[in-house]
Amino acid sequence: MKIGFYPGCSLTGSSREYNESLLAIAKEAGIELVEINDWNCCGATAAHNLNKELSLSLPARNLAIAESEEMDELVVPCAACFNRLVMTQHELSEKKDLKKVISEKLQMPFKNEIRILNVLQFLEKHIVPRLDQLVKSPLEIDVACYYGCLLVRPQNVMKSERFEDPMSMDTIMQKLGANPIDWPFKTECCGAGFSISKTEIVGELSGKIVRNATGRGAKAIVVACPMCHSNLDMRRPAIDSYLNMKMDIPVIYITQAIALAMGLTPRQAGIQRHFVPVNLTVNR
Amino acid sequence: MSKIGVFICHCGENISATVDVARVAEAAGQLEGVAFSTDYKYMCSDPGQTMIKQAIKENGLNGVVVGSCSPRMHEPTFRKACQEAGLNPFMCEMANLREHCSWVHDKSEATTQKAIDLVRTLVEKVKLNKPLFSIQVPVTKTALVIGGGIAGIQASLDIASAGHQVILVEKDPSIGGHMSQLSETFPTLDCSQCILTPRMVEVAQHPNIKLMTYAELEKLEGSIGNFKATIRKKAKSIDEDLCNGCGTCTTKCPTKKIPSEFNTGLGMRTAIYVPFPQAVPNKPVIDKENCSYYQKGKCKVCEKVCPTGAIRFDQEDELVELEVGAVVIATGFDIMQPSGFPEYGYGKYKDVITGLQFERLASASGPTLGEIRRPSDGKIPEKIVFVACAGSRDPAKGVPYCSKICCMYTAKHAMLYQHKVHHGKSYIFYMDIRAAGKNYEEFVRRAIVEDEVNYIRGRVSKVYEENGKLIVKGVDTLLSAKPVEIEADMVVLASAAVANPGAEALAQKMHVSYDSYNFFSEAHPKLKPVETNTAGIFLAGACQAPKDIPETVSQASGAASKVIILFSKDELSRDPLIAVVNRSPAPVFSTCVGCFMCASACPYQAIGEELITNRQGKVIKKVAKVNPGLCQGCGTCVAFCRSKSIDIQGYSNEQMCAEVIALLNHE
Ligand SMILES: Cc1cc2nc3c(=O)[nH]c(=O)nc-3n(C[C@H](O)[C@H](O)[C@H](O)COP(=O)(O)OP(=O)(O)OC[C@H]3O[C@@H](n4cnc5c(N)ncnc54)[C@H](O)[C@@H]3O)c2cc1C
Ligand code: SF4
Ligand code: SF4
Repeated sequence: MKIGFYPGCSLTGSSREYNESLLAIAKEAGIELVEINDWNCCGATAAHNLNKELSLSLPARNLAIAESEEMDELVVPCAACFNRLVMTQHELSEKKDLKKVISEKLQMPFKNEIRILNVLQFLEKHIVPRLDQLVKSPLEIDVACYYGCLLVRPQNVMKSERFEDPMSMDTIMQKLGANPIDWPFKTECCGAGFSISKTEIVGELSGKIVRNATGRGAKAIVVACPMCHSNLDMRRPAIDSYLNMKMDIPVIYITQAIALAMGLTPRQAGIQRHFVPVNLTVNR
Repeated sequence: MSKIGVFICHCGENISATVDVARVAEAAGQLEGVAFSTDYKYMCSDPGQTMIKQAIKENGLNGVVVGSCSPRMHEPTFRKACQEAGLNPFMCEMANLREHCSWVHDKSEATTQKAIDLVRTLVEKVKLNKPLFSIQVPVTKTALVIGGGIAGIQASLDIASAGHQVILVEKDPSIGGHMSQLSETFPTLDCSQCILTPRMVEVAQHPNIKLMTYAELEKLEGSIGNFKATIRKKAKSIDEDLCNGCGTCTTKCPTKKIPSEFNTGLGMRTAIYVPFPQAVPNKPVIDKENCSYYQKGKCKVCEKVCPTGAIRFDQEDELVELEVGAVVIATGFDIMQPSGFPEYGYGKYKDVITGLQFERLASASGPTLGEIRRPSDGKIPEKIVFVACAGSRDPAKGVPYCSKICCMYTAKHAMLYQHKVHHGKSYIFYMDIRAAGKNYEEFVRRAIVEDEVNYIRGRVSKVYEENGKLIVKGVDTLLSAKPVEIEADMVVLASAAVANPGAEALAQKMHVSYDSYNFFSEAHPKLKPVETNTAGIFLAGACQAPKDIPETVSQASGAASKVIILFSKDELSRDPLIAVVNRSPAPVFSTCVGCFMCASACPYQAIGEELITNRQGKVIKKVAKVNPGLCQGCGTCVAFCRSKSIDIQGYSNEQMCAEVIALLNHE
């Protein structure tokens, strides 16, 4: 089986540690992730509001390349990229006429059949079954698993049963020896794209998330989306000013948590790249 | 010699807009055996029928073909017209020129040709028709009512008061249904028990009603007028004749911690129990699943304390066979368990409850004797949030339909709370307020204006606990269009009304249709709301769709009147379109060879044996015989008969072949 990998822009920029840790744990588990050749922007944020055909053609081109490279699965770690790719696949498989239009634009063969996995689906399928052997230093801390909006939605496409109270990350964290807390903010909005235009809104929304996780005793927030991560981590000054106190709970990617549990070095997990210092040895 | 009349209808413009009706009438007139042919705008109208009758008399017609709409619509009309003109009604056939032709094709030569073909086909069939006579079957004037909620109670009382026998079968130990659990009822706030329990007693005491509680339908066979029902009477482990209802056993039973169904888990009951003090019958049953004796072989305390020696541990389920003429289904509804909505926290937080649980809290007979106290610590809540449409109108996670009753009962709940806790605050999150009904809108207004209930238009996204409070996050989509957070002490979910879990199985047992939500289907959404597609089986109450008490009771009385109409005749006449085994003169008697393949194929067990004897009484031949009371005319036996000895009257092999050949002979 050939597993493709679509990093998207975030993983090559602000969330390089997500990329590094994902590749590191895949390597540890003996899985090869092949980056697709000449990939392009997924069209997240602006395109799908402005130009329908463009917003479908951009992800479709990436899917078509993956197909041409004979990949069976395509791993898309960024939640926003994943959403665009999956939505495109869904829409084009429902609307045959539209698929024809887009295929013509692509000017390459496009079956639209590749299986797209977000990071949690990838972990569940390929990493979790190997965890028993791979976990060397269990995490043993209380963590708050934060899913955000895009990983489990939209319900009719993702067919998720518990999209208001997802559990998949919690299950994985448990396998790493951590104790995922029961908390109500798993899918609350982090402020998303307001990160740049209205940072104070992110300060308020992400602030409530950080406050609740801290208040319930979590020692780290675990995420699987670059957008969530930058709002909870990079926008910490805005959060602190909304909450009027300094919050020091770190925010880590689930792939980093796995890397640490596998006994990889903090540097291999990219821990040093965060704004809020990560010190997971502070146990309960 | 055939003298057939053909009557082509325009159906206003329904047929004539696409079919050249005059040409069809003209072509029919040329057919061999057709003595009269014409067309007219509305054949079913009075002048149309008169035209048919006159033509029969004037031309001495011995067969009629009406080319018009579907026979489902007007076959009885035209057959009756023929009969009035002295022709046997089964000598009249209909060619469906509307549903089968004009409605499904465009105007063209081919469409007119097809209409001519359809008419010719029926002309050939009518040539082979024989006069037939309706079958008279006796009516068993006993009704079976399934389900003892207010719907079943009302239907039983109405039928019984008209002088007919009723057997009321209820699966629980007591009748009463959901209404017995309610506190006060909208839109008048009269106490539910006070209006219901007298009726329950009336049922128990009515000389024409036989009540079977703790019983369920096992099997239903037969057809309208003559059903055979098998009822499973579940073992109550009590000799009901000996038990005097003293209740000693229920006070002494040591197994006391079973969540009471009647109190929706907010109270406890014993293993031997009467669901509630006003139950009918007021005699206990032993819940075997939870009884220490049945589970662990030890206890029998109830047997020791029972002063009349009524406990029977060795009692077994009993199957009872009943002959009934009509059935009323009144099995009611259920409420959706909100566990599929983890965001509301039901099951996780004790103080998030359903509307039905709130009814028990507000009921004088409930676990708090009518005081609104929250389940977690018994405190009186200062702030309650009600969530309407919890599961209703939610195609993603709940049901897409509106449950119809919850807007009203939520207004009632908030009102009852305000009446009991004067300083309390209540909030209702809603999508729309659906209060269509006599005095319903006024009732909701009263809640808003007089009782100062806060209505917030918007959905709740999340309920979670913080510092002992339930934080309800939602949105107000009206003036402020802002997120709202309320720190509540209790949350009440108006969970969707859904079909009973057993409804689908019951429908299949009775061969009645049900919709995609497992509610029983009415025969016609407007004109036959209490009938099912199966003749003789009627519907009452919330088993057909969610409905409130007034609507339930009206429908129950409607169903009862249908039963009473059916029972007003001693015999029922049925179309004679049933199977018959041919008979011929001696020495053949019949081509039937007595293989009885037909009997094994018949889904209605309608085929038995007939012994043909000679003058000395000696059996010379054994042949199949169809019981006209049971045969449904499905024709399965015809396909199975190897010697072609069995035929459906009015649809014989010969007639069907004539039709096919006529079609193949298309010019
Ligand atoms: C929280 C709540 C509050 C309400 N408040 C009001 C109100 O204030 N005013 C109002 O008008 N309406 C109210 N209603 C609606 C009211 O409860 C219904 O209209 C009414 O109960 C319908 O009666 P029913 O007999 O059709 O069904 P049910 O009450 O459900 O009775 C059905 C009966 O059939 C029995 N049964 C089920 N399956 C079988 C089977 N297979 N064999 C034998 N027996 C069977 C059941 O045990 C039950 O006894 C409320 C409903 C709810 C949920
Ligand atoms: S035998 Fe069963 S029902 Fe009787 S008292 Fe014991 S537990 Fe209760
Ligand atoms: S009756 Fe009201 S609360 Fe109930 S489903 Fe319909 S709209 Fe929602």
